[in-house]
Amino acid sequence: MRSKTAPWVLLAPFLVLFIGTMIIPIIMAIGYSFTRVERSGLLGEAGTESTFAGLSNYIAALTNVNFIESIGRMILFGVVQVTVMIVAATVLALLLESAAAKWPGFFRATYFLPYGIPGVIATILWSFLYVPGLSPIVDVLQVVGINIDFLGPNMVLWSIANIVTWTYTGYNMLIIIAQLKSIPGELYEAAKIDGASSFRVAMAIQLPLIRPALMLTIIFSIIGTLQLFAEPRLLQTMSAGITSEYTPNMSAYAFAFQYNDVGMAAAQAVIIAVAAFTLSAIALGISSWTEKRR
Amino acid sequence: MTTTDTTKNAPAARRRAASTDSRAGSRDAGRKPTTTIIVTALLAIIALYFLVPVYWVVINATKSTEDLFGTSGFWFGESFQLFENLGAVLSANGGIFPRWGVNSLLYAGVGSVVATYFATAAGYALAKYRFPGRRFVYVLVLGGVLVPGTAVALPLFFLFSSIGITNTYWSVLIPSLVSPFGLFLASIYASAAVPDEMLEAGRIDGVGELGLFHRLALPQLVPALVTILLFQFVAIWNNYMLPLVMLADERLYPITLGLDNWRAQTDRLPEFYQLTTGGALLSVIPLAILILVLQRFWRGGLTEGSVKG
Repeated sequence: MRSKTAPWVLLAPFLVLFIGTMIIPIIMAIGYSFTRVERSGLLGEAGTESTFAGLSNYIAALTNVNFIESIGRMILFGVVQVTVMIVAATVLALLLESAAAKWPGFFRATYFLPYGIPGVIATILWSFLYVPGLSPIVDVLQVVGINIDFLGPNMVLWSIANIVTWTYTGYNMLIIIAQLKSIPGELYEAAKIDGASSFRVAMAIQLPLIRPALMLTIIFSIIGTLQLFAEPRLLQTMSAGITSEYTPNMSAYAFAFQYNDVGMAAAQAVIIAVAAFTLSAIALGISSWTEKRR
Repeated sequence: MTTTDTTKNAPAARRRAASTDSRAGSRDAGRKPTTTIIVTALLAIIALYFLVPVYWVVINATKSTEDLFGTSGFWFGESFQLFENLGAVLSANGGIFPRWGVNSLLYAGVGSVVATYFATAAGYALAKYRFPGRRFVYVLVLGGVLVPGTAVALPLFFLFSSIGITNTYWSVLIPSLVSPFGLFLASIYASAAVPDEMLEAGRIDGVGELGLFHRLALPQLVPALVTILLFQFVAIWNNYMLPLVMLADERLYPITLGLDNWRAQTDRLPEFYQLTTGGALLSVIPLAILILVLQRFWRGGLTEGSVKG
């Protein structure tokens, strides 16, 4: 075999599956998002007909109050939760790498453990810790005189944020630790000779040098936020605050499988994908722009 | 590679930290013992937060349904019936729980192994060959990484239902065979770890192009392979939306979907609380052990992606 065809032979299995399970579905979704399915007969028994709908599905999606609210909710969620999580992950990474604590290996493993627990099971476990009567946390708080309804309409968003933070902080911490380990020892030596404090070392050396890792974790977290689905969907049966269109993904799911409006569902899926793509591209762009200016 | 080595030596370095060692040591010197105590205490309190749900499930899997609601969730109840509970989990509904476990293993096991092989072959091809269309493939796949997986799940359902394979093992397995992220990791790793000279030498010795990949490149790529495999395994094991969309038959469910099904019934039938708790315990244990044992590999490979990324 010549080396002209060799790369394509190696690429073929991946590309075939990639095109079949990502490119074609995305093209199909774009197609569906421009069509309207009309059912004839009382219950649609006389067959269905697809007609070109232009932008009407997109207009309907973007003027749908619930969908817009779900996007706003995710922006609020993302701004608060991603910030808290990345700051926590960075602080934990710096503390563990500062060699100031005993048993760093134990702590690292403990913080990373939740990443191995599926979101569904994490949500089930936390939901049992949220339910009054079952949850020891609610009991303890009541003894001290604090009455919190973790599943109340206003609180439940932050209860979800807690589950996501619990699951992914340790994972992000490991990415940051990996980058911290790549900082050459001479830099620390130089800082020590200059008499820099640990805090100064963190601000002047470590934080600037782990920026690529921070960008990576922030981008992944933003994409993750837009995809939020399992946690709110599972809590839906326990909390009156969660509607079936609580997040953009839940909304697309509801339109596809509960309201049988495939065109609307496809339009919403496309909007979610474009938003994630744009946000990631902007984040990558800012990152490389600041990198060049340095 | 160097970062991987530092990673492996880190515990040893820290043990020697008090004396003369490299950066950990030099930075540790002169630190007050009070700082160590305060930082360790702080980290221990944070560790409690990460352990609370796991602790809760271990304790409460030993209780009867009565004790579950009647006694404090932070300590054992009056009865200790862990084994009865786990027995009930395994035998409920004609042994559906073990079947979910086997399904999860099948999806995640087969899916991650095949996905890793395909992604590595493709990543290696992009890193080690110059051919027309190479940049296009790169950009195409990058686009795929940035599009959220759950946004693809719905259109994928439309596609699969049009060819009639929804509600089969294939409907969950086929999408699990693709790892765009794995392709990037493999190509970054291959361009650093597989020298062109080695491939040239192999060509002169008459090794075919596929042989070069399988016999010369793959052994060099083992750290990247382990990382991709673990990532993909966890990603498939944790997946919820794809099986939810694709599967209607309970016997095809993975553990995640099955447990969700049980939990949804706790409203009407309180005994499902006990089944769900026991089932959660059984499904947390193997993955927790896997994560703790393989944590080291995990970090080694991650470094390659993030440092260059």
